[in-house]
Amino acid sequence: MKIGLVVGTVVTPVQHPAYDGQRLLAVRPLDPDGTPAQDRMFVAVDRVDAGVGDRVLLMAEGSSVRALVGESAPIRCAVVGVIDEIALEGRTVYGG
Amino acid sequence: MYLGRVIGRVVATRRITGLGGEKLLIVMPLDETGEAVAESVVACDVVGSGLGDVVHVCDGREASLALRERFVPVDATIVGYVEEFAHDGTLVPPPRPRRRPPGRKRNGLP
Repeated sequence: MKIGLVVGTVVTPVQHPAYDGQRLLAVRPLDPDGTPAQDRMFVAVDRVDAGVGDRVLLMAEGSSVRALVGESAPIRCAVVGVIDEIALEGRTVYGG
Repeated sequence: MYLGRVIGRVVATRRITGLGGEKLLIVMPLDETGEAVAESVVACDVVGSGLGDVVHVCDGREASLALRERFVPVDATIVGYVEEFAHDGTLVPPPRPRRRPPGRKRNGLP
């Protein structure tokens, strides 16, 4: 899983049926200290009702996500948690 | 999964069995500001995308799950047409008029 920042919402009126009823978020991966990671922006289905500005847990690997959404769904990324606190080497770097 | 803009198409008449009649488009991955961020990729399309559309791309093994034939060597598929992407309260990219001829069905696939 990656740590990410929700930077936007994505509206897709025409989509594969597997996405019907799913909310899509744009998530920018972060390093644990909060700086943007050298990684591209992800689009992920939202499973925890996250919002723009939230720091979240991003699952960006297909087999794990298919355990959530079903084996035959073409879905690879999901937001699976809203982060309350991050500590790095004993120091709280986010929340807390 | 990421956002991208359709910048072209690819025609390949001789192709592997299973790829059948899937449409192939060239997609430029975008970041949250609408700028290109990576090299373009060739993606299958199941939603009837056209040139200039902003789309939602599923990559990796899951890409082929969106197709009629589910175990084929495909690593990117366009699974959604993006009408709106809100970032910091602004829309990126700005909404554009639909150019598709009326009556063309875009989501008739599995």
